Amino acid sequence: MSEGQQPPRTGEPERAEPETAEATEASERPVTSGAESVARALERTDVETLFGVQGGAIMPVYDALYDSPLDHVTMAHEQGAAHAADAFGIVSGEPGICLATSGPGATNLVTGLADASMDSDPLVALTGQVPSTMVGTDAFQETDTTGVTNPVTKENYFAGDADSVGDTVGEAFALADAGRQGPTLVDLPKDITTGSTDSEPAAGTTPETYDPPERADSEAVETAAGVLARADKPVILAGGGVIKGEACAELREFATEYGIPVVTTMPAVGAFPEDHELAMEMAGMHGTGYANMAITHCDAMFAVGTRFDDRLTGGVETFAPEAEIIHADIDAAEISKNVAADYPLLGEASVVIEQVHGAMADERAADMAATGERFQEWVEQCQQWQTDYPMDYPMDEDDPLKPQFVVETVDTATDDDTIVTTGVGQHQMWAVQYWTYTEPRTWVSSHGLGTMGYGLPSAIGARFAADDDQSVVCFDGDGSFLMTLQELAVAVRENLDITVFILNNEAVGMVRQWQDSFHGGRRMASEYPWVPDFAALAEAFGARGFRMEGHDEVADVIEDALAYDGPSVVDAFIDPTEDVYPMVPSGGANGQFVLAEEQL
Amino acid sequence: MTEGLQGPAPEERPQPSGRRNAQGIRIDPEMEAVHDPRRTALSALVQNEPGVLAKISGLVSRRQFNIESLTVGTTTNPETSRVTLVIEEPEPGIRQVEKQLEKLVNVISVRELGDDAIRRELVVLKVHGEEPDKVNAITDMYGGETLDAGPRTITVQITGDEQKIDDAIDAFRQFGIRELARTGQTALARGEEWTTHAEEERYERTQVRQ
Repeated sequence: MSEGQQPPRTGEPERAEPETAEATEASERPVTSGAESVARALERTDVETLFGVQGGAIMPVYDALYDSPLDHVTMAHEQGAAHAADAFGIVSGEPGICLATSGPGATNLVTGLADASMDSDPLVALTGQVPSTMVGTDAFQETDTTGVTNPVTKENYFAGDADSVGDTVGEAFALADAGRQGPTLVDLPKDITTGSTDSEPAAGTTPETYDPPERADSEAVETAAGVLARADKPVILAGGGVIKGEACAELREFATEYGIPVVTTMPAVGAFPEDHELAMEMAGMHGTGYANMAITHCDAMFAVGTRFDDRLTGGVETFAPEAEIIHADIDAAEISKNVAADYPLLGEASVVIEQVHGAMADERAADMAATGERFQEWVEQCQQWQTDYPMDYPMDEDDPLKPQFVVETVDTATDDDTIVTTGVGQHQMWAVQYWTYTEPRTWVSSHGLGTMGYGLPSAIGARFAADDDQSVVCFDGDGSFLMTLQELAVAVRENLDITVFILNNEAVGMVRQWQDSFHGGRRMASEYPWVPDFAALAEAFGARGFRMEGHDEVADVIEDALAYDGPSVVDAFIDPTEDVYPMVPSGGANGQFVLAEEQL
Repeated sequence: MTEGLQGPAPEERPQPSGRRNAQGIRIDPEMEAVHDPRRTALSALVQNEPGVLAKISGLVSRRQFNIESLTVGTTTNPETSRVTLVIEEPEPGIRQVEKQLEKLVNVISVRELGDDAIRRELVVLKVHGEEPDKVNAITDMYGGETLDAGPRTITVQITGDEQKIDDAIDAFRQFGIRELARTGQTALARGEEWTTHAEEERYERTQVRQ
C-alpha cells in the first residue's frame, strides 16, 4: 500500500490523512513551471482524487503532483483511469480527472473518452506530449492526441505555452462541467510543462463563446404546458440530463403533483424512484413491457434531457407515434436530431421542469377539467400494463442459478443508496431490470458506447466518490470482466471495499443471445468455456474470491462477500441458457417487445 | 409459456395507428410528406485558431453530412475567420448542421444565408491552347481573365455564382480542359443585413469606441 494516496472519505482503516500543515504549504508553494501551474489548477477544483498512469511525457506533471495534497490513484491501464474518472464524475457530479502519458498512454484513454462523450459524463483528461519542437516528427511515443480525440471530446486543447497552461487546464475543467457535461482533454507537451513560469492559474472559467441556455422561452413553456394539460395520456420521459442537471427533485415533484407516469431512459435510472406507483421504469430495447407500452400509447410526451438514442426509440417510425413531443434539452443540437420535437424547450433541466410546472398550474386554473383526475384513467391503464407484463422469472429450486435472482438478492441485502456499476452485456440488463433504483447517481453504467470492461474500473472510481457508508457493488459478465480485470490489483492496493458479482455463463452472453435469435444459433466466437477460475484469480490478486452455484447458497455468499472489508469477487455460475427479455428487436416497434425467443 | 416472461403476445396488444417518417416527424395522415433535400449555404464565424477547420471538417465527416463545398478565410477582425458551407440536405439535416456547428466551442455564430445572399466562387481552368481567339472570346463572355497563355495551354479565371461557373466550365469544354481548380462558394448576406449576428454586435461595439 502506498502511503498518502488514500482519500480519507473512503473509510478504510488506518490510512494517514495528508498532514494539514504540509498540504497548506504545498498549495502555497510558488509556481515555477508549467507543470506546477497544472497542479495548481487541479488543486483549485473541488476534486481531490486523480486517476492515471505515469510515463515519460507526463512525468513533469507527476513530479509537480509529488508535492501536491491531491490524491493520485495509479491505475493498471489508462483505460481503467478514464473509466474510474468517468464513474467518479457520475457519482460526484464533479468532473473526474485522469492522466496519461503521450502516445500509447493517450490512445489507451480514447475508449474512456468516447464512453464519457456518449453519456455526457464530466471528465478531464490530461495527456503528456512530446516536446513541441518534436511534434510532427513521429517522435518516440508521439501521437496526434488532439486529432485522435477530436470526435470523442467536447473540446480539446494543445497547450501552447507555460504561462497559460494552468489557465487552459482550468478552462477544460470548467467546460467539462458546464452546460451539457462531457469530456475535455488538454495535451501537455513536455517542454511546456518543464518550461519556467510564475503564472498562477486563474479560477477556471468557460470560454466566452460557450453560452448554454438556462431558461426556456416562457411563451414556448406556456404552449407546452397547455399541451400537457390538455392531454389524456401524458408521459414524462426522463433522460440522463435529469440526473446530470440535478433536476430529480423537480421531476419528482412535478410528476407526483399531476400524477403523470414517468418512464426513464437507461442513463436516467434512479432519477425517479422505481418503487413509486407512477414509475414505469426503463423503456427501450430491454426496458420493461409497461414502459414501452406507455411510450407507445401516450398522446403527449414531456422528454427531458434525452437524445432519443436508437436503443430507446426502436424504429423512429413507431416511436410514440401519436404523441406530441415536448423536448427539453440544454443542447440545441439534440432537438429534432432523431425524433422531431413539436415543442422544443431549451434550458437547464431543473429550470425547465420548474417552468413547465408553474405554467401547468395556470393551465389548470383555466381548465378545471384538466390534469389530476383526468389522468387517472391513463395511470390505471399504465398500472394494468404493469400487471400484464410483470418483470418476473420462473425459478425452481433445482434450476441452474438464475441471474435475476442474484441481482434481486444483492438488492435486498444492501441499502437503497448502494451504488451499482456494471460492465456491458446481459448482466448489465439484468442489473438494471431486477434492481429497484430509488436514488440518482447510484446507477453507473456504460450506456451509449456499450463498453465491455467498464464495470471494475468504474466501481473503483465510484468508490472514491461515494460516501464512506455507501456500498459499491459491481455486476459484470465473464467476458466483460476479462477485459479490465487487471484493475483488481488497484482495488487490492487501495483496499477498496467493493464487491464484484460476475454473472458467469461462459459466454459473451448478449452476443450468444443474438446469434441464437438472429443467426440460426451459429455461436461464432461467443462461447468462453476457457475463462479462468475467477475466485482463484481474485485470491491471486490478494482479493477475496467466492464461488456461487445453487440458489440455496446465494444469500450466504452474498452476505460473506459484502461483509468482507476490501475487494471481493463472486464468481456466480448462472444458467447459461438464460436470455434477456423483454426485447425490442433493433429498429422494431417498442410496443411490439417480445417476451421470449419464439416471439421474435 | 413456461419459460421467460408472462403477458399478452405482441399480436394480442393494442396498436396505435399513428406513424412517424424516417426523419422522426409525426405523419399527418392528411398530408403525408417528407422533406426533400435542398441546397443552401451556411455561414459560420469562428475563432481564428489552429485546429478549428479540422474540428469543423471532422464534425461534418463523422456525422456524414452531404457537404458540397467548404471555404474559409479571415475577416476584418484578425481573431475570427468566416467559414462558408454549402450543403445539400433535407430541412432537418440543415438544422442539424447548423446546431452541431454552433455547438463547437470555437464557433462564435452560425446562420443560414437567404436565397438572395451574394454567393461567389472562383474557378481557375487550363485549356488546350490551339484556338486562343475562341478561348479569349469565351473568357470575355464570362467576364473572366486570362492568367497565362502559352502555345500549348491557356489558363483563365472566372468568378461568379455557382451556375455561372458551371456554365463557363461547360463552354470551355470544347477546347479540352486539361485541369481545373474551383474554390467552392463564399458568401455574404445582401445589403444592410448582417451575415451573422456576432459581427453586427462587434461592429456596433467597435463603432462606439471610435
